[in-house]
Amino acid sequence: MTDATADNGRVVQPETIFRRNMRNFLSSKLSVFFLFVTLGFLVMAIFAPWIAPHDPNEPDLFRRLIPPVWMEGGDWSYPLGCDALGRDILSRIIYGTRVSIFIGVVVILIATTIGVLAGLAAGYLRGWVDGVLSRLVDILLGFPYLIFAIALIAMTGPGLHNIVLAMAYREWVMPFRVVRGETLAVAGADYVEAARAIGASRSNIMLREILPNILSPVLVVSTVRMAHVIILEASLSFLGLGVQPPTASWGSMVADGRSFMLNEWWLSTFPGIAILILVLSINVVSQGLRDAFDPRFHD
Amino acid sequence: MNVGKLIERLLQLIPVLLGVSVIVFVMMLVTPGDPVEIMLGDQHVTEEQEQALRHDMGLDLPPHERFFKFLSNAMTGDFGLSYYHRQPVTEVIASRLPATIELSLAALIFALLVSIPLGVLAAVRKNSILDRISTVTSLFGVSMPGFWFGILLILFFAVNLRWLPVSGRAGFSSEVEPITHLLLIDSLLRGRVDAFWDALKHIILPAITLGLPMASILMRVTRASMLDVLNCDYITFAEAKGLRKSQILIKHALRNALIPTVTVAALQTGSLLGGNMVVETVFGWPGLGRLVVESIFVRNYPLIQAAVLFYAVTYVMLNFLADILYTVLNPKVRL
Repeated sequence: MTDATADNGRVVQPETIFRRNMRNFLSSKLSVFFLFVTLGFLVMAIFAPWIAPHDPNEPDLFRRLIPPVWMEGGDWSYPLGCDALGRDILSRIIYGTRVSIFIGVVVILIATTIGVLAGLAAGYLRGWVDGVLSRLVDILLGFPYLIFAIALIAMTGPGLHNIVLAMAYREWVMPFRVVRGETLAVAGADYVEAARAIGASRSNIMLREILPNILSPVLVVSTVRMAHVIILEASLSFLGLGVQPPTASWGSMVADGRSFMLNEWWLSTFPGIAILILVLSINVVSQGLRDAFDPRFHD
Repeated sequence: MNVGKLIERLLQLIPVLLGVSVIVFVMMLVTPGDPVEIMLGDQHVTEEQEQALRHDMGLDLPPHERFFKFLSNAMTGDFGLSYYHRQPVTEVIASRLPATIELSLAALIFALLVSIPLGVLAAVRKNSILDRISTVTSLFGVSMPGFWFGILLILFFAVNLRWLPVSGRAGFSSEVEPITHLLLIDSLLRGRVDAFWDALKHIILPAITLGLPMASILMRVTRASMLDVLNCDYITFAEAKGLRKSQILIKHALRNALIPTVTVAALQTGSLLGGNMVVETVFGWPGLGRLVVESIFVRNYPLIQAAVLFYAVTYVMLNFLADILYTVLNPKVRL
């Protein structure tokens, strides 16, 4: 997919195409709605201390297992009820947003930066650089994702820092493959040849000529992968390999609530709904981006 | 298919498998903690005994020699003793593997049974309510965290309705003398209908949980490829000949439309391996995934190492088979 095309001898600026794609995206009401939902979670994560009604980690055995407000025994001070230690579930969900969003954003930022740079180098320089990077990618793809992450965490121990690294080690492979393919496709384009002819350096060509033209697929792949990363983090936390207690994370909240699900169903249900809504929103946004950016996906 | 190309592709697997083993080995090498101390636990031993154990385990060798020892042992299926079980790791893994294979196969069958009819219907009745429902369902299917979906299923079907068991692989009364070690098949081979029903009831919820994301993806793939095929000239020609619609769909369209579905299904089968860890934990399924998760908490490193290598090799081979399958099914593509 080359975004810069010669139109009656006049080269259309890549930024214009990117902007046109974004306008296409924003014209879909469904995508925009879910974009706002996703941004809502982002706001919740940033302003958690101001939004959350209670301290998420403060136990109080007098409030133990208070049901949601609409059930008998519910209390308006704790709208979604309290957990087995008497901690407010709503506040824990709000704080849990921080873990999911932080890991989603940081892992994708690291992975995209590495993947884009490596992909540009492999696709443009070819030769041994491409050979080495592509073989490394083949090897990393030989591991099922969750198993690779679990194996790394088993070695390094759980914790925010280790989870981010465990995921980023394999996640960069996804943008790498997209960027390498796109770079190979545009490397022979006229505008790249022109830049080379006027003596632009290789890094200049890669970063200033090629990169702006392949931003659309990078954006699409990043959003799709962010949804995956968030589910993966929740799964690791559920297994007890994620962020450690007492820090609230949605996956570990679901796990904690499991033993109470017979009677106190709200313990596991609400954090699960939070994961579902966030991941669903990101998936709809990424679908919208793909439809807007890539005409091949139109029915 | 060209045999030379097939051999070439097989040879390409060697560096990948070698690379995978290097990574698994390095992971163990950099793991903090002394394996001998972990293995001995609270037992009091003399310095000499400790050294002897270190020597037996090959831990006194330099890293490169340890790697070659690891590799040659791995080739013969020797991964040492499981710290926790005091049994060879390979034996422990082999005892848990059939449960995982059975669950993965059940999930695959569920995914295919759901996705193909729904995908075809969604394509034939494009933009109908059914199509929209299938789109929304598949979006939920890929966005739903497996562990949470599993818990909801337990809550509804096992706890509230009491139709299905909460966890485990089979009840005590359903033990069957093993033949294939796959409970569903063995119970049928032994003529134990009661054991078959019991095993079936136990596997339904975990199989649905594990198969849901795959079913969602396959449904979208089937719908898209069916739409492509329905727009082809030969379908229009078949319609012009006056053939019945059902005949056109099944005999002409479906056969071609299923090529991408089968390929993606083969690729996705590898990803079931990862999902197994979560689903087996939720449903107390006595498989390999749960064993690995349990091993992490007791720092049973030889078992984790062997299991990760096993998963990776299986994954590479499954992807290779998916590649071959695609080529065989689709004569337009050459390896």
